[in-house]
Amino acid sequence: MTSLPAKTGRKLGLVIDLDTCVGCHACVISCKGWNTENYGAPLSDMDAYGATPEGTFLNRVHTFEVARPAAPPMVVHFPKSCLHCDDAPCVTVCPTGASYKRVEDGIVLVNETDCIGCGLCAWACPYGAREMDAAAKVMKKCTLCVDRIYNENLPAQDREPACVRTCPSGARHFGDLADPDSDVSRLVAARGGFDLMPEQGTQPVNKYLPPRGRDTLQAPDLASLCDPVTDSATGFLGWLDRALERL
Amino acid sequence: MHPAPSLIVFTVLSGLGFGLLVWLGLGVRAPSGMAAFILFGLGYGLSGAGLVAAAFHLGHPERALKAFSQWRSSWLSREAVLAAATLMVMAPHAAASVFAGGGLPVLGGLGAVLALATIFATAMIYAQIKAVPRWHHASTPPVFGLAALAGGALLAGLTTLALWGMLALAVAMVAHWVAGDRQFAQSGSDTGSATGLGYLGRVRLLEPPHSGQNYLLREMVYVVGRKHAHKLRLIALVLGALLPALLLMVPASYLTVALALVAHVAGMCVQRWLFFAQAEHVVGLYYGRASQD
Repeated sequence: MTSLPAKTGRKLGLVIDLDTCVGCHACVISCKGWNTENYGAPLSDMDAYGATPEGTFLNRVHTFEVARPAAPPMVVHFPKSCLHCDDAPCVTVCPTGASYKRVEDGIVLVNETDCIGCGLCAWACPYGAREMDAAAKVMKKCTLCVDRIYNENLPAQDREPACVRTCPSGARHFGDLADPDSDVSRLVAARGGFDLMPEQGTQPVNKYLPPRGRDTLQAPDLASLCDPVTDSATGFLGWLDRALERL
Repeated sequence: MHPAPSLIVFTVLSGLGFGLLVWLGLGVRAPSGMAAFILFGLGYGLSGAGLVAAAFHLGHPERALKAFSQWRSSWLSREAVLAAATLMVMAPHAAASVFAGGGLPVLGGLGAVLALATIFATAMIYAQIKAVPRWHHASTPPVFGLAALAGGALLAGLTTLALWGMLALAVAMVAHWVAGDRQFAQSGSDTGSATGLGYLGRVRLLEPPHSGQNYLLREMVYVVGRKHAHKLRLIALVLGALLPALLLMVPASYLTVALALVAHVAGMCVQRWLFFAQAEHVVGLYYGRASQD
Protein backbone atom coordinates (compact mmCIF):
# COMPACT_ATOMS: atom_id res chain seq x y z
CA MET A 1 0.00 0.00 0.00
CA THR A 2 2.82 2.43 0.75
CA SER A 3 4.57 1.32 -2.41
CA LEU A 4 3.96 3.75 -5.24
CA PRO A 5 1.93 2.60 -8.24
CA ALA A 6 4.13 1.95 -11.29
CA LYS A 7 1.83 4.10 -13.37
CA THR A 8 -1.36 6.02 -12.67
CA GLY A 9 -4.24 6.13 -15.13
CA ARG A 10 -4.61 9.87 -14.93
CA LYS A 11 -2.46 12.51 -13.27
CA LEU A 12 -4.82 15.00 -11.76
CA GLY A 13 -3.09 18.12 -10.58
CA LEU A 14 -2.88 21.88 -10.53
CA VAL A 15 -1.17 24.37 -12.79
CA ILE A 16 -0.37 27.58 -10.96
CA ASP A 17 0.29 30.76 -12.91
CA LEU A 18 2.90 32.88 -11.14
CA ASP A 19 2.24 35.64 -13.67
CA THR A 20 -1.39 36.21 -12.73
CA CYS A 21 -1.44 35.36 -9.02
CA VAL A 22 -2.07 38.59 -7.13
CA GLY A 23 -1.36 37.16 -3.68
CA CYS A 24 -4.87 37.69 -2.27
CA HIS A 25 -4.83 34.44 -0.24
CA ALA A 26 -8.44 33.67 -1.26
CA CYS A 27 -7.35 30.12 -2.21
CA VAL A 28 -5.87 29.71 1.29
CA ILE A 29 -9.18 30.64 2.90
CA SER A 30 -11.45 28.64 0.60
CA CYS A 31 -9.21 25.60 1.03
CA LYS A 32 -9.33 25.91 4.81
CA GLY A 33 -13.11 26.39 4.69
CA TRP A 34 -13.91 23.44 2.45
CA ASN A 35 -11.49 21.06 4.13
CA THR A 36 -12.65 21.98 7.62
CA GLU A 37 -16.32 21.47 6.82
CA ASN A 38 -16.05 18.31 4.73
CA TYR A 39 -13.92 15.17 4.32
CA GLY A 40 -11.59 14.15 7.17
CA ALA A 41 -10.53 15.73 10.45
CA PRO A 42 -11.14 19.50 10.47
CA LEU A 43 -8.17 21.84 10.02
CA SER A 44 -7.85 23.09 13.58
CA ASP A 45 -6.63 26.41 14.91
CA MET A 46 -4.73 26.74 18.15
CA ASP A 47 -5.00 29.81 20.38
CA ALA A 48 -7.15 31.37 17.64
CA TYR A 49 -8.09 34.43 19.73
CA GLY A 50 -4.92 34.61 21.83
CA ALA A 51 -1.49 36.15 21.43
CA THR A 52 0.05 33.38 19.29
CA PRO A 53 -2.59 32.03 16.91
CA GLU A 54 -1.64 29.28 14.48
CA GLY A 55 -3.41 26.59 12.55
CA THR A 56 -3.30 23.84 9.99
CA PHE A 57 -3.44 24.86 6.33
CA LEU A 58 -3.12 22.75 3.19
CA ASN A 59 -2.28 25.67 0.95
CA ARG A 60 -0.21 28.75 1.75
CA VAL A 61 0.90 31.75 -0.31
CA HIS A 62 4.50 32.88 0.00
CA THR A 63 5.77 36.08 -1.62
CA PHE A 64 9.22 36.27 -3.16
CA GLU A 65 11.28 39.09 -4.58
CA VAL A 66 13.55 38.47 -7.54
CA ALA A 67 16.45 40.89 -7.88
CA ARG A 68 17.15 40.97 -11.59
CA PRO A 69 20.56 42.00 -12.97
CA ALA A 70 19.52 44.82 -15.31
CA ALA A 71 15.90 45.47 -14.43
CA PRO A 72 13.80 46.52 -11.44
CA PRO A 73 13.11 43.81 -8.84
CA MET A 74 10.07 41.65 -9.46
CA VAL A 75 7.56 40.54 -6.81
CA VAL A 76 6.13 37.03 -7.30
CA HIS A 77 3.29 35.61 -5.23
CA PHE A 78 3.78 31.93 -4.80
CA PRO A 79 0.94 29.60 -3.73
CA LYS A 80 2.18 26.22 -2.53
CA SER A 81 0.28 23.03 -1.74
CA CYS A 82 0.85 19.30 -2.28
CA LEU A 83 2.28 18.66 -5.75
CA HIS A 84 0.97 15.03 -5.90
CA CYS A 85 4.41 13.80 -6.98
CA ASP A 86 4.80 10.75 -9.23
CA ASP A 87 7.72 9.62 -7.07
CA ALA A 88 6.29 10.81 -3.76
CA PRO A 89 8.79 10.25 -0.91
CA CYS A 90 6.02 10.88 1.66
CA VAL A 91 4.22 7.71 0.54
CA THR A 92 7.04 5.18 0.75
CA VAL A 93 8.25 6.26 4.20
CA CYS A 94 4.83 5.69 5.82
CA PRO A 95 5.06 2.72 8.23
CA THR A 96 1.32 2.00 8.38
CA GLY A 97 0.11 2.37 4.82
CA ALA A 98 -1.96 5.43 5.76
CA SER A 99 -0.22 7.52 3.12
CA TYR A 100 -0.91 6.37 -0.43
CA LYS A 101 -1.09 7.42 -4.07
CA ARG A 102 -4.21 6.44 -5.97
CA VAL A 103 -3.72 4.28 -9.05
CA GLU A 104 -6.73 5.70 -10.89
CA ASP A 105 -5.94 9.41 -10.77
CA GLY A 106 -2.59 9.86 -8.98
CA ILE A 107 -3.97 11.82 -6.02
CA VAL A 108 -1.83 11.41 -2.86
CA LEU A 109 -4.06 10.91 0.19
CA VAL A 110 -3.86 10.04 3.88
CA ASN A 111 -6.14 7.44 5.39
CA GLU A 112 -6.66 9.20 8.71
CA THR A 113 -7.83 6.15 10.63
CA ASP A 114 -4.49 4.42 9.88
CA CYS A 115 -2.23 7.42 10.59
CA ILE A 116 -0.21 7.07 13.81
CA GLY A 117 1.01 10.67 13.67
CA CYS A 118 4.73 9.85 13.51
CA GLY A 119 5.39 12.80 11.21
CA LEU A 120 7.93 11.01 9.03
CA CYS A 121 6.02 11.79 5.81
CA ALA A 122 6.20 15.51 6.57
CA TRP A 123 9.97 15.17 7.04
CA ALA A 124 10.26 13.33 3.74
CA CYS A 125 8.40 16.01 1.75
CA PRO A 126 10.82 18.66 0.42
CA TYR A 127 7.98 21.13 -0.18
CA GLY A 128 6.42 21.34 3.28
CA ALA A 129 3.09 20.19 1.87
CA ARG A 130 2.07 18.18 4.92
CA GLU A 131 1.11 19.50 8.32
CA MET A 132 0.25 17.51 11.44
CA ASP A 133 -3.02 18.71 12.88
CA ALA A 134 -2.42 19.75 16.48
CA ALA A 135 -5.93 18.73 17.59
CA ALA A 136 -6.57 15.54 15.62
CA LYS A 137 -2.88 14.41 15.76
CA VAL A 138 -3.06 13.05 12.23
CA MET A 139 -1.28 14.22 9.09
CA LYS A 140 -3.24 16.61 6.89
CA LYS A 141 -2.53 17.38 3.26
CA CYS A 142 -4.15 18.62 0.06
CA THR A 143 -6.67 16.06 -1.21
CA LEU A 144 -7.12 17.91 -4.50
CA CYS A 145 -10.66 18.25 -3.10
CA VAL A 146 -11.34 14.61 -3.89
CA ASP A 147 -14.76 15.12 -2.27
CA ARG A 148 -15.64 17.86 -4.79
CA ILE A 149 -14.18 16.76 -8.10
CA TYR A 150 -16.25 13.54 -8.32
CA ASN A 151 -19.22 14.85 -6.33
CA GLU A 152 -22.37 14.60 -8.41
CA ASN A 153 -24.37 16.46 -5.77
CA LEU A 154 -22.52 19.61 -6.78
CA PRO A 155 -23.26 21.63 -9.92
CA ALA A 156 -20.79 20.75 -12.72
CA GLN A 157 -18.89 24.03 -12.47
CA ASP A 158 -18.14 23.37 -8.79
CA ARG A 159 -16.52 19.98 -9.45
CA GLU A 160 -13.01 21.33 -9.18
CA PRO A 161 -10.78 22.03 -6.17
CA ALA A 162 -12.01 24.84 -3.91
CA CYS A 163 -8.82 26.88 -4.48
CA VAL A 164 -9.28 26.76 -8.28
CA ARG A 165 -12.99 27.56 -8.04
CA THR A 166 -12.38 30.61 -5.87
CA CYS A 167 -9.30 32.18 -7.48
CA PRO A 168 -10.44 35.64 -8.66
CA SER A 169 -7.54 36.12 -11.09
CA GLY A 170 -7.68 32.73 -12.81
CA ALA A 171 -4.20 31.85 -11.64
CA ARG A 172 -5.06 28.25 -10.75
CA HIS A 173 -5.99 25.52 -13.22
CA PHE A 174 -7.07 21.94 -12.59
CA GLY A 175 -6.94 18.98 -14.95
CA ASP A 176 -5.32 15.77 -16.13
CA LEU A 177 -1.63 16.30 -16.75
CA ALA A 178 -1.19 12.78 -18.17
CA ASP A 179 -3.35 13.71 -21.16
CA PRO A 180 -1.22 15.78 -23.57
CA ASP A 181 -4.37 17.30 -25.11
CA SER A 182 -5.94 18.51 -21.87
CA ASP A 183 -6.24 22.26 -21.29
CA VAL A 184 -3.71 22.15 -18.47
CA SER A 185 -1.16 20.16 -20.49
CA ARG A 186 -1.45 22.56 -23.40
CA LEU A 187 -1.10 25.50 -21.01
CA VAL A 188 2.07 23.98 -19.55
CA ALA A 189 3.48 23.40 -23.03
CA ALA A 190 2.62 26.91 -24.25
CA ARG A 191 3.93 28.77 -21.23
CA GLY A 192 6.94 26.62 -20.32
CA GLY A 193 5.58 25.22 -17.06
CA PHE A 194 8.22 23.92 -14.67
CA ASP A 195 8.71 21.63 -11.65
CA LEU A 196 9.69 22.83 -8.17
CA MET A 197 13.03 21.46 -6.91
CA PRO A 198 13.49 18.97 -9.79
CA GLU A 199 16.83 17.97 -8.21
CA GLN A 200 14.91 16.29 -5.37
CA GLY A 201 13.73 13.68 -7.88
CA THR A 202 10.09 13.75 -6.78
CA GLN A 203 8.63 14.31 -10.26
CA PRO A 204 5.80 16.59 -9.16
CA VAL A 205 2.53 16.47 -11.12
CA ASN A 206 1.64 20.10 -10.32
CA LYS A 207 3.34 22.62 -12.58
CA TYR A 208 4.12 26.31 -12.18
CA LEU A 209 3.97 28.84 -15.01
CA PRO A 210 6.73 31.48 -14.99
CA PRO A 211 6.02 35.22 -14.87
CA ARG A 212 5.73 36.67 -18.37
CA GLY A 213 8.35 39.15 -19.54
CA ARG A 214 7.52 42.66 -18.29
CA ASP A 215 7.28 45.77 -20.53
CA THR A 216 10.53 47.70 -20.47
CA LEU A 217 10.45 51.40 -19.67
CA GLN A 218 12.12 53.62 -22.30
CA ALA A 219 14.15 55.62 -19.80
CA PRO A 220 17.84 55.37 -18.98
CA ASP A 221 17.04 54.84 -15.32
CA LEU A 222 14.10 55.53 -13.02
CA ALA A 223 16.06 57.90 -10.77
CA SER A 224 16.49 60.43 -13.58
CA LEU A 225 12.73 61.00 -13.61
CA CYS A 226 13.01 62.40 -10.07
CA ASP A 227 15.48 65.17 -10.94
CA PRO A 228 14.15 68.78 -10.62
CA VAL A 229 13.11 70.19 -13.97
CA THR A 230 13.21 73.93 -13.09
CA ASP A 231 15.97 74.69 -15.60
CA SER A 232 13.74 74.03 -18.54
CA ALA A 233 10.48 75.33 -17.07
CA THR A 234 8.53 77.76 -19.27
CA GLY A 235 5.35 79.83 -18.95
CA PHE A 236 3.95 80.48 -15.49
CA LEU A 237 6.21 77.98 -13.76
CA GLY A 238 9.22 79.53 -15.52
CA TRP A 239 8.21 83.03 -14.37
CA LEU A 240 7.63 81.73 -10.81
CA ASP A 241 11.02 80.04 -10.84
CA ARG A 242 12.77 83.21 -12.02
CA ALA A 243 10.82 85.39 -9.54
CA LEU A 244 11.69 83.15 -6.60
CA GLU A 245 15.30 83.07 -7.77
CA ARG A 246 15.50 86.89 -7.55
CA LEU A 247 14.20 87.06 -3.94
CA MET B 1 15.07 19.54 12.55
CA HIS B 2 13.44 19.70 15.95
CA PRO B 3 15.53 17.69 18.45
CA ALA B 4 12.65 15.94 20.24
CA PRO B 5 13.90 14.54 23.58
CA SER B 6 11.91 11.33 23.00
CA LEU B 7 13.82 10.70 19.75
CA ILE B 8 17.21 11.44 21.31
CA VAL B 9 16.50 9.09 24.23
CA PHE B 10 15.10 6.47 21.88
CA THR B 11 18.01 6.40 19.44
CA VAL B 12 20.68 6.45 22.18
CA LEU B 13 19.11 3.86 24.50
CA SER B 14 17.78 1.43 21.93
CA GLY B 15 21.11 1.67 20.07
CA LEU B 16 22.95 0.69 23.25
CA GLY B 17 20.50 -2.13 23.97
CA PHE B 18 20.65 -3.64 20.49
CA GLY B 19 24.44 -3.18 20.40
CA LEU B 20 24.71 -5.17 23.63
CA LEU B 21 22.41 -7.87 22.21
CA VAL B 22 24.68 -8.17 19.14
CA TRP B 23 27.67 -9.15 21.33
CA LEU B 24 25.56 -11.38 23.59
CA GLY B 25 23.97 -13.07 20.59
CA LEU B 26 27.28 -13.70 18.87
CA GLY B 27 28.57 -15.25 22.07
CA VAL B 28 31.58 -12.92 22.19
CA ARG B 29 30.42 -12.51 25.73
CA ALA B 30 28.69 -15.67 26.95
CA PRO B 31 27.47 -15.12 30.49
CA SER B 32 25.41 -17.63 32.41
CA GLY B 33 23.21 -17.61 35.49
CA MET B 34 22.93 -14.30 37.32
CA ALA B 35 25.40 -12.48 35.04
CA ALA B 36 23.33 -13.52 32.03
CA PHE B 37 20.16 -12.34 33.77
CA ILE B 38 21.68 -8.91 34.36
CA LEU B 39 23.22 -8.49 30.89
CA PHE B 40 20.25 -9.80 28.88
CA GLY B 41 17.95 -7.84 31.20
CA LEU B 42 19.97 -4.73 30.39
CA GLY B 43 19.81 -5.44 26.64
CA TYR B 44 16.07 -6.04 26.68
CA GLY B 45 15.44 -3.17 29.11
CA LEU B 46 17.34 -0.58 27.08
CA SER B 47 15.96 -1.58 23.69
CA GLY B 48 12.45 -1.89 25.15
CA ALA B 49 12.70 1.47 26.92
CA GLY B 50 13.84 3.03 23.66
CA LEU B 51 10.84 1.63 21.81
CA VAL B 52 8.48 2.93 24.51
CA ALA B 53 10.13 6.37 24.30
CA ALA B 54 9.63 6.30 20.51
CA ALA B 55 5.96 5.43 20.94
CA PHE B 56 5.56 8.60 23.04
CA HIS B 57 6.56 10.55 19.97
CA LEU B 58 3.48 9.33 18.08
CA GLY B 59 0.24 11.28 17.75
CA HIS B 60 -1.74 8.03 18.01
CA PRO B 61 0.28 5.44 19.96
CA GLU B 62 -2.83 3.23 20.17
CA ARG B 63 -2.47 2.50 16.45
CA ALA B 64 1.25 1.63 16.73
CA LEU B 65 0.66 -2.03 15.74
CA LYS B 66 -0.23 -0.88 12.22
CA ALA B 67 3.40 0.18 11.84
CA PHE B 68 4.40 -3.49 11.43
CA SER B 69 2.60 -3.75 8.11
CA GLN B 70 4.67 -1.79 5.53
CA TRP B 71 8.10 -3.41 5.79
CA ARG B 72 8.28 -3.71 1.99
CA SER B 73 8.77 0.02 1.51
CA SER B 74 9.20 1.83 4.82
CA TRP B 75 12.40 1.85 6.92
CA LEU B 76 10.37 2.85 9.99
CA SER B 77 8.17 -0.21 9.57
CA ARG B 78 11.24 -2.38 8.94
CA GLU B 79 12.76 -1.08 12.16
CA ALA B 80 9.64 -2.04 14.12
CA VAL B 81 9.52 -5.52 12.56
CA LEU B 82 13.26 -6.14 13.02
CA ALA B 83 13.22 -4.90 16.62
CA ALA B 84 10.33 -7.20 17.53
CA ALA B 85 11.94 -10.12 15.66
CA THR B 86 15.27 -9.56 17.44
CA LEU B 87 13.65 -9.60 20.87
CA MET B 88 11.62 -12.73 20.05
CA VAL B 89 14.42 -14.73 18.39
CA MET B 90 16.89 -13.81 21.12
CA ALA B 91 14.52 -14.83 23.96
CA PRO B 92 15.22 -18.62 23.98
CA HIS B 93 18.98 -17.89 23.78
CA ALA B 94 18.67 -15.50 26.73
CA ALA B 95 16.51 -17.93 28.75
CA ALA B 96 18.91 -20.80 28.11
CA SER B 97 21.87 -18.62 29.15
CA VAL B 98 20.17 -17.66 32.40
CA PHE B 99 18.55 -20.97 33.40
CA ALA B 100 20.40 -23.74 31.54
CA GLY B 101 23.92 -22.43 31.96
CA GLY B 102 24.58 -22.03 28.26
CA GLY B 103 23.13 -20.21 25.24
CA LEU B 104 21.72 -21.50 21.96
CA PRO B 105 24.36 -20.38 19.43
CA VAL B 106 22.17 -20.65 16.30
CA LEU B 107 19.32 -18.54 17.71
CA GLY B 108 21.85 -16.21 19.34
CA GLY B 109 23.68 -15.70 16.05
CA LEU B 110 20.43 -15.09 14.18
CA GLY B 111 19.34 -12.66 16.91
CA ALA B 112 22.67 -10.80 16.61
CA VAL B 113 22.20 -10.40 12.85
CA LEU B 114 18.64 -9.13 13.43
CA ALA B 115 19.87 -6.71 16.13
CA LEU B 116 22.47 -5.33 13.73
CA ALA B 117 19.81 -4.99 11.04
CA THR B 118 17.58 -3.11 13.52
CA ILE B 119 20.35 -0.59 14.20
CA PHE B 120 20.88 -0.17 10.46
CA ALA B 121 17.13 0.35 9.91
CA THR B 122 17.09 3.08 12.58
CA ALA B 123 19.90 4.88 10.77
CA MET B 124 18.20 4.47 7.38
CA ILE B 125 15.03 6.18 8.65
CA TYR B 126 17.15 9.34 8.67
CA ALA B 127 19.62 8.57 5.90
CA GLN B 128 16.82 7.93 3.37
CA ILE B 129 15.41 11.47 3.66
CA LYS B 130 16.70 13.37 0.67
CA ALA B 131 15.00 16.57 1.85
CA VAL B 132 17.46 16.71 4.79
CA PRO B 133 20.78 16.76 2.93
CA ARG B 134 22.95 16.38 6.06
CA TRP B 135 21.33 13.03 6.86
CA HIS B 136 21.15 11.79 3.27
CA HIS B 137 24.73 10.55 3.20
CA ALA B 138 26.62 7.27 3.51
CA SER B 139 28.26 8.48 6.74
CA THR B 140 24.98 8.35 8.71
CA PRO B 141 24.60 4.55 9.21
CA PRO B 142 28.24 4.09 10.43
CA VAL B 143 27.68 6.67 13.20
CA PHE B 144 24.56 4.84 14.44
CA GLY B 145 26.12 1.40 13.99
CA LEU B 146 29.46 2.14 15.66
CA ALA B 147 27.81 4.02 18.54
CA ALA B 148 25.61 0.97 19.22
CA LEU B 149 28.44 -1.58 18.87
CA ALA B 150 30.98 0.42 20.91
CA GLY B 151 28.45 1.27 23.62
CA GLY B 152 27.18 -2.33 23.65
CA ALA B 153 30.73 -3.69 24.01
CA LEU B 154 31.28 -1.30 26.89
CA LEU B 155 28.11 -2.53 28.62
CA ALA B 156 29.18 -6.13 28.06
CA GLY B 157 32.56 -5.40 29.60
CA LEU B 158 34.36 -6.27 26.36
CA THR B 159 36.99 -3.60 26.95
CA THR B 160 39.28 -4.29 23.98
CA LEU B 161 36.39 -4.35 21.51
CA ALA B 162 34.93 -1.24 23.17
CA LEU B 163 38.24 0.59 22.84
CA TRP B 164 38.51 -0.07 19.11
CA GLY B 165 34.80 0.68 18.75
CA MET B 166 35.20 4.06 20.45
CA LEU B 167 38.12 5.02 18.21
CA ALA B 168 36.18 4.00 15.11
CA LEU B 169 33.16 5.94 16.39
CA ALA B 170 35.30 9.07 16.80
CA VAL B 171 36.41 8.81 13.16
CA ALA B 172 32.82 8.17 12.00
CA MET B 173 31.46 11.18 13.92
CA VAL B 174 34.07 13.54 12.49
CA ALA B 175 33.52 12.15 8.98
CA HIS B 176 29.76 12.67 9.35
CA TRP B 177 30.24 16.29 10.43
CA VAL B 178 32.78 17.12 7.74
CA ALA B 179 30.66 15.53 4.99
CA GLY B 180 27.44 16.93 6.46
CA ASP B 181 28.66 20.51 6.37
CA ARG B 182 28.90 20.31 2.57
CA GLN B 183 25.74 18.35 1.93
CA PHE B 184 23.21 21.22 1.68
CA ALA B 185 25.27 23.03 -0.94
CA GLN B 186 25.79 19.77 -2.82
CA SER B 187 22.08 18.92 -2.81
CA GLY B 188 21.58 21.52 -5.55
CA SER B 189 18.50 22.91 -3.80
CA ASP B 190 18.38 26.65 -3.26
CA THR B 191 15.71 29.33 -3.24
CA GLY B 192 16.06 29.58 -7.02
CA SER B 193 15.24 25.90 -7.60
CA ALA B 194 12.59 25.87 -4.86
CA THR B 195 10.64 28.65 -6.59
CA GLY B 196 11.78 27.88 -10.14
CA LEU B 197 12.58 31.61 -10.46
CA GLY B 198 16.34 31.33 -10.15
CA TYR B 199 16.82 31.88 -13.88
CA LEU B 200 15.47 35.45 -13.50
CA GLY B 201 17.85 36.60 -10.79
CA ARG B 202 18.49 36.35 -7.08
CA VAL B 203 15.37 35.17 -5.21
CA ARG B 204 14.60 36.02 -1.59
CA LEU B 205 11.53 35.76 0.60
CA LEU B 206 9.72 39.08 0.69
CA GLU B 207 6.75 38.10 2.83
CA PRO B 208 6.18 34.81 4.66
CA PRO B 209 2.79 33.14 4.13
CA HIS B 210 1.75 33.75 7.73
CA SER B 211 2.88 35.91 10.61
CA GLY B 212 2.71 33.22 13.30
CA GLN B 213 4.25 29.83 13.89
CA ASN B 214 3.28 26.60 12.18
CA TYR B 215 4.03 22.88 12.31
CA LEU B 216 6.64 23.09 9.57
CA LEU B 217 8.61 25.87 11.24
CA ARG B 218 8.62 24.17 14.61
CA GLU B 219 9.39 20.70 13.29
CA MET B 220 11.77 21.40 10.42
CA VAL B 221 13.04 24.96 10.32
CA TYR B 222 14.57 24.68 13.77
CA VAL B 223 17.48 27.05 14.31
CA VAL B 224 18.20 27.26 18.04
CA GLY B 225 21.57 26.01 19.20
CA ARG B 226 23.45 26.08 15.94
CA LYS B 227 25.39 28.93 17.52
CA HIS B 228 27.43 26.68 19.82
CA ALA B 229 27.63 23.85 17.34
CA HIS B 230 31.41 23.80 17.21
CA LYS B 231 31.82 23.58 20.99
CA LEU B 232 29.07 20.98 21.23
CA ARG B 233 30.80 18.87 18.59
CA LEU B 234 33.97 18.90 20.64
CA ILE B 235 32.00 17.92 23.76
CA ALA B 236 30.28 15.09 21.87
CA LEU B 237 33.57 13.85 20.44
CA VAL B 238 35.45 13.96 23.76
CA LEU B 239 32.67 12.62 26.01
CA GLY B 240 31.16 10.22 23.49
CA ALA B 241 34.29 8.52 22.18
CA LEU B 242 37.73 9.90 23.13
CA LEU B 243 37.37 9.98 26.94
CA PRO B 244 35.82 6.47 27.04
CA ALA B 245 38.68 5.26 24.81
CA LEU B 246 41.22 6.84 27.17
CA LEU B 247 39.54 5.27 30.21
CA LEU B 248 39.60 1.90 28.45
CA MET B 249 43.35 2.14 27.93
CA VAL B 250 44.11 2.18 31.66
CA PRO B 251 43.87 -1.18 33.48
CA ALA B 252 40.17 -2.08 33.59
CA SER B 253 38.19 -1.73 36.79
CA TYR B 254 34.50 -1.33 37.48
CA LEU B 255 35.11 2.36 38.15
CA THR B 256 36.83 3.14 34.84
CA VAL B 257 34.27 1.16 32.82
CA ALA B 258 31.40 2.87 34.67
CA LEU B 259 32.95 6.28 34.09
CA ALA B 260 33.51 5.44 30.42
CA LEU B 261 29.86 4.40 30.13
CA VAL B 262 28.51 7.58 31.75
CA ALA B 263 30.73 9.75 29.53
CA HIS B 264 29.77 7.79 26.42
CA VAL B 265 26.01 8.04 27.02
CA ALA B 266 26.25 11.78 27.82
CA GLY B 267 28.38 12.35 24.72
CA MET B 268 26.01 10.40 22.49
CA CYS B 269 23.05 12.43 23.78
CA VAL B 270 24.91 15.60 22.73
CA GLN B 271 25.79 14.01 19.37
CA ARG B 272 22.14 13.05 18.75
CA TRP B 273 20.95 16.48 19.78
CA LEU B 274 23.31 18.00 17.20
CA PHE B 275 22.26 15.37 14.66
CA PHE B 276 18.75 16.82 14.75
CA ALA B 277 19.42 20.47 15.59
CA GLN B 278 22.02 20.93 12.85
CA ALA B 279 20.07 19.11 10.16
CA GLU B 280 18.49 21.61 7.82
CA HIS B 281 15.41 20.68 5.82
CA VAL B 282 15.12 22.08 2.29
CA VAL B 283 11.62 23.41 3.15
CA GLY B 284 13.51 26.20 4.97
CA LEU B 285 14.13 27.64 1.49
CA TYR B 286 10.45 28.59 1.29
CA TYR B 287 10.77 30.34 4.64
CA GLY B 288 13.74 32.57 3.95
CA ARG B 289 16.68 30.28 4.69
CA ALA B 290 19.68 32.41 3.79
CA SER B 291 21.91 30.77 1.23
CA GLN B 292 25.30 30.01 2.70
CA ASP B 293 27.37 30.92 -0.32
